[in-house]
Amino acid sequence: MFLTPLDLVSSSVLLLLMFVLIVPLLKNKQRLLIETCFMLASIASLLGVAGGVWAVGGGITNKIILVIGLPDLPFHMRMDPLAGFFITVICLLSFFVSLYSAGYIKGYLGRRNVTSLVVFYCLFLAGMLLVVLADDALFFLVAWEIMAAASYFLVMFENEHIENRRAAFLYLIVAHIGALAILLSFGVMAGLASGFEDFSGYTFDAMRQAHFPVEGATAAFLLAFFGFAAKAGVVPLHVWLPEAHPAAPSNVSALMSGVMLKTAIYGIVRVSFDLIRVFPWWWGAIVLIFGLISAVMGVLYALMQHDLKRLLAYHSVENIGIILIGIGLAMIFISFNMPLLSALALIAGLYHTMNHAVFKGLLFMGAGAVLHATNERNMEEMGGLIHRMPWTAALFLIGCVSISALPPFNGFVSEWLTFQAFLLSPALPSPLLKLLIPLGAALLALTGALAAACFVKAFGVTFLGHWRGSHMPRVHEADWPMRSGMILAALTCLLLGILPTFFIDWMDIIPQQLIGTKIGASSGTYGWLWLTPVAQERASYSGIIVFGGILLIVAAAYLVLHVRPKTIHRAPIWDCGFAKLTQKMQYNAASFSMPIRRIFGFLFNIKESVKLTPQAVYKAFPKRLNYSLRVRDRFWGWIYKPVVDCSFWVSRRVGKLQQGRIQAYLIYSFITIIVLLVFSR
Amino acid sequence: MKLYRFAIELLQVVILLGAAPAFIGWVRILKCWSQGRTSAGLFQPYRDLIKLFSKDIVLADNASWIFRFTPYLVFGTAVLAGAIIPMLSIDLLIASTADVIVLVALFAIARFFTALAGMDIGTAFGGLGSSREMTIASLAEPAMLMAIFTVSLASKSTSLSQMVQVIYSGQSVLRPSLAFALLAFILIALAETGRIPVDNPATHLELTMIHEALILEYSGRHLALIEWAGMMKLFLFVMLGIAAFAPWGIAESDGIIQISAAFLYMVLKLGIAGTGLVLIETGLAKMRIFRLTEFLGSAFLLATLGMLSFFILE
Repeated sequence: MFLTPLDLVSSSVLLLLMFVLIVPLLKNKQRLLIETCFMLASIASLLGVAGGVWAVGGGITNKIILVIGLPDLPFHMRMDPLAGFFITVICLLSFFVSLYSAGYIKGYLGRRNVTSLVVFYCLFLAGMLLVVLADDALFFLVAWEIMAAASYFLVMFENEHIENRRAAFLYLIVAHIGALAILLSFGVMAGLASGFEDFSGYTFDAMRQAHFPVEGATAAFLLAFFGFAAKAGVVPLHVWLPEAHPAAPSNVSALMSGVMLKTAIYGIVRVSFDLIRVFPWWWGAIVLIFGLISAVMGVLYALMQHDLKRLLAYHSVENIGIILIGIGLAMIFISFNMPLLSALALIAGLYHTMNHAVFKGLLFMGAGAVLHATNERNMEEMGGLIHRMPWTAALFLIGCVSISALPPFNGFVSEWLTFQAFLLSPALPSPLLKLLIPLGAALLALTGALAAACFVKAFGVTFLGHWRGSHMPRVHEADWPMRSGMILAALTCLLLGILPTFFIDWMDIIPQQLIGTKIGASSGTYGWLWLTPVAQERASYSGIIVFGGILLIVAAAYLVLHVRPKTIHRAPIWDCGFAKLTQKMQYNAASFSMPIRRIFGFLFNIKESVKLTPQAVYKAFPKRLNYSLRVRDRFWGWIYKPVVDCSFWVSRRVGKLQQGRIQAYLIYSFITIIVLLVFSR
Repeated sequence: MKLYRFAIELLQVVILLGAAPAFIGWVRILKCWSQGRTSAGLFQPYRDLIKLFSKDIVLADNASWIFRFTPYLVFGTAVLAGAIIPMLSIDLLIASTADVIVLVALFAIARFFTALAGMDIGTAFGGLGSSREMTIASLAEPAMLMAIFTVSLASKSTSLSQMVQVIYSGQSVLRPSLAFALLAFILIALAETGRIPVDNPATHLELTMIHEALILEYSGRHLALIEWAGMMKLFLFVMLGIAAFAPWGIAESDGIIQISAAFLYMVLKLGIAGTGLVLIETGLAKMRIFRLTEFLGSAFLLATLGMLSFFILE
């Protein structure tokens, strides 16, 4: 028996689960516990990366039937290139984050018991891997629940704050409504695959072989899309996300935002391209439209935030939207039987999946380092951290540039591919789609530009200028384990940006298996230099030449200008002749986003108030000015509040049945029995 | 042959570096004439640059490396863009490095870092400038890409050289979609390069300045690099417009004669573009910042109309 990629990944899962078993032995030695846990988690992640890279690179598919499971319904596991790709993404980020956690979690030492954090961290990783490996509906849902429950406990970790408990509860509810929809979707597919009396349709293999009628398939797809969208945080199902991600410890937020959301993307791709396979174009249109809405709304809401981690959480909504745009386009193209274009759009979506995992992980780790150093999440208080935390600042900046889709970093490559997919949409036979889809490209451009604005704000307010709060705390730079995790993530961002052809050639097998065509992004001699997704004369991009070119010109200009040394005089800021500039006079997060708030204000629920305290004599010169601003999600009022109010109303009505008297309950039972007797004669 | 193409590439960069200040000088001369003033001559921008380069630098106390790095980066992206846009020849060595989307993103990098540098010192002006600059950019960028997409629909390519070639081969002459896209492009170019009616390059009035507010704290060679890059940006936008909408004259092959002819055409077109710019700037007043939504919105609408007319009429 030779070693297979599946063996590598399952051994990594086993390693994580075995560690959970030995935790009771170590729970009194917290420092040792942290070190062992994160060392094992990094090893397990590396094993997973190896397995994933191997499975995709070799185009290997392995299957295994486990001995555990329900009687007569054993669990199935399968590793194919699609699963391998998602395992690579998950394990790559979890490797960086595990390194980082070894430093970050030590901050809790002496303040709080970290045993539960460590246990659920490992279970969470194992759960995510099992979701991707699962090859039957039952096992998939079991793994899905392990992942959801473990992450619920991680969000609840700092449970002394009421808002954390609320966030975790909201997350649990949305996750379970989603899981219910996924369960129903698998039920529909399994039933259609093997008939509703037989259980053999529960394996994904049976579903792959089945031919679904359109109505049944549509029901299954819509349920699955709803369920996965709830997990991915697609607008309007996103409300849990900006609550739960900031509440969790930062290393966990990095994983939740970077890779847990991606398991939902995996689910959508698996169900639509692998299990159902044949579908009408409007499924793709639904995915595309929700993707566009999420992208634009996500970034606009992010711009209004002044809590660093909430801002990043809203950006996850945006990026999930961008990924769904790629997948939606791929679905539209394939339903019109245009495999090459479909493969391009799918690659764009999947490449953004990987990119987002890396840069969002990096950004959350950076935000965690800031939180660790300053105990502050509110950006309005921060500023000038670049002088105290030079490493964190530089690494966070790389994350900002990547997420803002600026070359030569990785976010740009996937957005560029998505634009190319948009530009190919005029080849579609339907005139309506031809007209409307390019407008989506404009929305994507708006998203990219707003994201850049948002990250100028996030980086500028947090790291630049002067400290904005009343007194600056003792800020320390992140320690080496934390730094090493961030450095590796930043390097990966650069590599994915300047050498995209290598990675795209590596993952080209996925569209080949799902759609039947490769895109062959590089061609000719020195083809790896240029990314040419369709044809050389259509469009090309070379990240490495852009990077090298800028570097060369910058270096040349620097050298030429430093031949004759000039003195640099340091001086205080020019204050226009006024007595004193204070740090309160700087632009902050609220003032930075004011023009955008005004332009797009109709999309938000904004309460703005200014209170003046006039002086007794000179009324024109007020003593104090209080400005307060509250920006709320409109979706909460539109969708969730009615549901919450309604369920409270119903439960109050139903609650009246509970009299607390035994006689009343006896009457209920009596009535129930009578009713049953009447109906089941 | 490789070496020759490399020389052409280098020539383009040299022309960009050398001619960008002259173009600004030309625009200023025309502006002075149109307003009945005496001008300082075509070479005043060069004298300004030389003066700035030879001065010492005064740096604010808490300026970080971002503040010092930004001028070089802004300069670098502008020069790189100049090596990619076909000014003289469409057969450029590194033209396939970047298509139009990448070019737009190159300008976006420069803007991103300029905005960061504006916030670095921690003055109210810098923050004000970067907030406004990023707002305008986020409205201009979708319109810019829509205009470019409209052009690329006709040529089925986003590569600039390819677009020029398609126009040469006569496949797309006098298309209504191109007219709409050109109008949209002009509006956006005014916004992106910070000209009236979006921003006034000659003002230092707190309430109205945008780009000037960002670079208020710069001095010496840093300021010189940023100013030079600003001049190049205007030059490059004119070149971008020429390549996309009126490429006649750009050399298809690398013969000496074609290249020199291309250079003469380029000078001629620059002269016309400068005149047009001055007419716009003299005829219009600067807009209030919140009127810009309408301005850029109409640019977006024009670009969308261009796209619709492509599908309906062509």
